[in-house]
Amino acid sequence: MSEHTHDHDHHEAEGPHVSLKEYVIGFVLAVILTVIPFWLVMGNVFESSTTTALLILSFMVVQIVVHMVFFLHMNFHSEGGWNMLALIFTLVLVFITLAGSLWVMISLNNNMMPGMMG
Amino acid sequence: MSEATMTADVKTQDGQLEFLVKGDHHPQNGTLLGFWLYLMSDCLIFAALFATYGVLARSYAGGPTGMEVFDLSLVAINTSFLLLSSITYGFAMLQMQANRLKGTLFWLAITGLLGAAFLGLELYEFYHLIHIGATPQTSGFLTAFFALVGTHGLHVLFGIVWLVTLLFQLKKHGLIPANKRRVFCLSMFWHFLDVVWVGVFTYVYLMGVLP
Repeated sequence: MSEHTHDHDHHEAEGPHVSLKEYVIGFVLAVILTVIPFWLVMGNVFESSTTTALLILSFMVVQIVVHMVFFLHMNFHSEGGWNMLALIFTLVLVFITLAGSLWVMISLNNNMMPGMMG
Repeated sequence: MSEATMTADVKTQDGQLEFLVKGDHHPQNGTLLGFWLYLMSDCLIFAALFATYGVLARSYAGGPTGMEVFDLSLVAINTSFLLLSSITYGFAMLQMQANRLKGTLFWLAITGLLGAAFLGLELYEFYHLIHIGATPQTSGFLTAFFALVGTHGLHVLFGIVWLVTLLFQLKKHGLIPANKRRVFCLSMFWHFLDVVWVGVFTYVYLMGVLP
């Protein structure tokens, strides 16, 4: 990754310095990380849905990181670190929203009387 | 956070204390950071929609299930459109960095076309679903599905509107700093939509067809 490659002749232009290599690496990784989950599901590779679900969710997380690093140029230096701080804060909120909603609603469902399900 | 060295003992002319940041430079203005903050708030909208979908994903109410209505090969084509549009936007950025207006316009236009193809296919999918009776009113699952995927589609639509506007501005004013800033902001928006789509195709489509 571009470790602080902002040289001072690029001062008049805003935004990060981007390179072809970065985009190509990101694209190739993204393609691989997309094809594998589609193949896992469409090819019925695993018997257990839980195994497949956990695997494709992990591929999703890895691919999101790839997009963040190679396409959105996230690092700890840009904008003095403030956009990384905002991102981390948002991820905490996203986690609370998702995990909290699912946790509460699934345990509500489980505690309903069996006849009332569906 | 950054390897900047701070000294707090610099006074300005009117005697006020000022922080001098050495070794790191300030952003010219906060547009890019401000736009990033907007994207983060957008992220929260999608988090709420994903949570809703997660809760209602198996509430079929006697209606069709994900396995019955999702066409994964269609989703795979759509995903490749969006992924390709990400790298073509990257090419536009590289052309802009090299100060080549023609190349920037060309790759931005290709990006827009890929986005339009994505949107067209998604509209076809929605039309097909509604045609076979899988409307948003049918079940909680379909309500949440249309809300989440529809919101993403709307974002892509606004991205395309922005992109076309930007094409005209670039054509008229060239690669002036203001236009470069706009291209940067749209690049963040566009790549952000691709990130959201990664969540959508995994969580909605791929997990939706699992038994």
